[in-house]
Amino acid sequence: MRLFINKLVLILSTLAAVIGIGFLFWILITLSIKGISAINLHIFTADLVDNGLRNLLVGQFTLALMAVVIGVPIGMVAGIYLQEYSFGNKYAEFIRNLSDVMMSAPSIVIGTFVYAIIVNPVGHVNGWAGAIALAIMMIPIVVRTTDDMLGLVPTELREAGVAIGAPKYKVIFDIIIRAAKVGIMTGILLAFARIVGETAPLLFTSGNSQYFTMNLNEEFPSLTVAIYNLATMPDQNLVNLAWAGAFLLTVFVLMINLIGRFITKEKKRL
Amino acid sequence: MESLFKKIASFSATTILLILSSIFIVLFIYAKPAMMEYGVKFLTDARWGVEVPINQPDTKATTQSTAKADTKAVNDDTVNMDDENDDNVVVNTEDDDDGAVNMDDEGDDVVNTGDDDDEVATTKTIYGGLVPIVGTILSTIIAMILAVPLAMGIAIFLSEIAPDFIAKPVGIAIELLAAIPSIIYGMWGLFYFGPIVSSIFGGGSVSLLVAGFVLAIMIIPFMASLTRDSMNTTPAVLKESAYAMGATKFEVIKDVVFPYAKKGIIGSMILALGRALGETMAVAFVIGGVFTFPKSITDPTVSIPVVLANSFSESNGMSLSVLFYLALILFIISFAVISFAKFYFLRDKK
Repeated sequence: MRLFINKLVLILSTLAAVIGIGFLFWILITLSIKGISAINLHIFTADLVDNGLRNLLVGQFTLALMAVVIGVPIGMVAGIYLQEYSFGNKYAEFIRNLSDVMMSAPSIVIGTFVYAIIVNPVGHVNGWAGAIALAIMMIPIVVRTTDDMLGLVPTELREAGVAIGAPKYKVIFDIIIRAAKVGIMTGILLAFARIVGETAPLLFTSGNSQYFTMNLNEEFPSLTVAIYNLATMPDQNLVNLAWAGAFLLTVFVLMINLIGRFITKEKKRL
Repeated sequence: MESLFKKIASFSATTILLILSSIFIVLFIYAKPAMMEYGVKFLTDARWGVEVPINQPDTKATTQSTAKADTKAVNDDTVNMDDENDDNVVVNTEDDDDGAVNMDDEGDDVVNTGDDDDEVATTKTIYGGLVPIVGTILSTIIAMILAVPLAMGIAIFLSEIAPDFIAKPVGIAIELLAAIPSIIYGMWGLFYFGPIVSSIFGGGSVSLLVAGFVLAIMIIPFMASLTRDSMNTTPAVLKESAYAMGATKFEVIKDVVFPYAKKGIIGSMILALGRALGETMAVAFVIGGVFTFPKSITDPTVSIPVVLANSFSESNGMSLSVLFYLALILFIISFAVISFAKFYFLRDKK
């Protein structure tokens, strides 16, 4: 009987794994079939007004990049504080937990928040608002990564730096950050992959523009928002365009994740 | 230089606290008109955007003052509200407060509303948040019921059953799938999964059930990889000694691994729950966006994030404030859920 129950449970859980993985591959396969058949050269050279994706791809990338520019310095310095300056006090522990909670805050709520503080006073949707919403999503991830990666740096390195009389900020920037560089870069890369696919915080902050623009003060093109709008259109061509966008986005995100993984692995082997 | 950098660093860390508390405060300020108007009754009112005639001006005045009392209560619940902001709020509200009349002070209102209201507005639009709130909770429950057993199965398979050369690639695949943007899941649900579910269970291709399914599929990889990680922390010595006593694999999992990793597993479930609660895009495609109670599980309904996503750009004045009220409710719920998971189950043992 014991053996029977054992067999049953093992079979059930293997089955669960097969079902779960089956579903997930089903998604990827349908996505690839639909996406690849919709991709052609035209979508890379034309903007959304002409049934292309060029402005959207560039726009989404720009938004995410601006978010990195805004979010990474704040997140990194905050992470440095938590690991290097807090000496394990209560406040740092509180901030650390708070940052973890913020990491899973609903993205749409962050969108409404940015709408309230930026879009409403300015009067229209604009690219900066989108970038800031994404940056807010990104900060806690960067804090966590920096905190963890700096924690891995051996104390001896710090002591060596202090022993030769270097001020603390020099020790941090020239020794500790350098030692943890690869890990932090990987973390930022993964955070980038996470926010580049976000839709909800952009819906009413940066909106979506039909035209090619690099002006962040205006309505800004966004791939994910466009996918959301196009996928529910009655026109089959537009739906196919949405599939192409979805496919490109997924490939891009998975590539970044794989690269991040590869870097970590390389580092471990060295 | 050194002390400057230290100041910058500690300020950056405080930014996190600042952002979180200003989300609370800003949402609260914007939601205040709606809170004044509908009060706590908002949470139990199923009407959305229904125009009703104003019958008794006196009752309106009293409801307003009770609403005010209620908001006070909410105010106490919300952390970090400073008086300064409260003052602003009062000013704001009176500007936004539905077209009615002289805003000098409350006493006046009670006396005068009678005739003024009759002249200015004979109907007002009622908003109630019950349908989206119920929709959010139901879709999350369905997703959890479906996802927990599957994710457990996958985690057990990966950490205890599969040999290394299978567990590694499958584990990586699962983690990669957790990285796929949620909008992809939503789109796939709309075009492929919805029709299949509706042909099996009946109902339309957009429904509460489809939303639950898509949410479940979306959180499975997340939950499975977290659960696997906490199962893997079980020391091999414990497992080996159980095997040495003649325990079967199932008994080892049930009596050694689960008790050891219990906190982490429950914590990962709650984190996944929080993610499902706040998920917008995967649900927006497949839940239907209709403001009715689902009579059966295959009816379309709506959830809080979807209301926000669909009606935000067309709203202004009171309807916008109502949306902020909903956002605040969602934020408080998910904040509570996630902090609960963090502080009770996922404490770092440093």
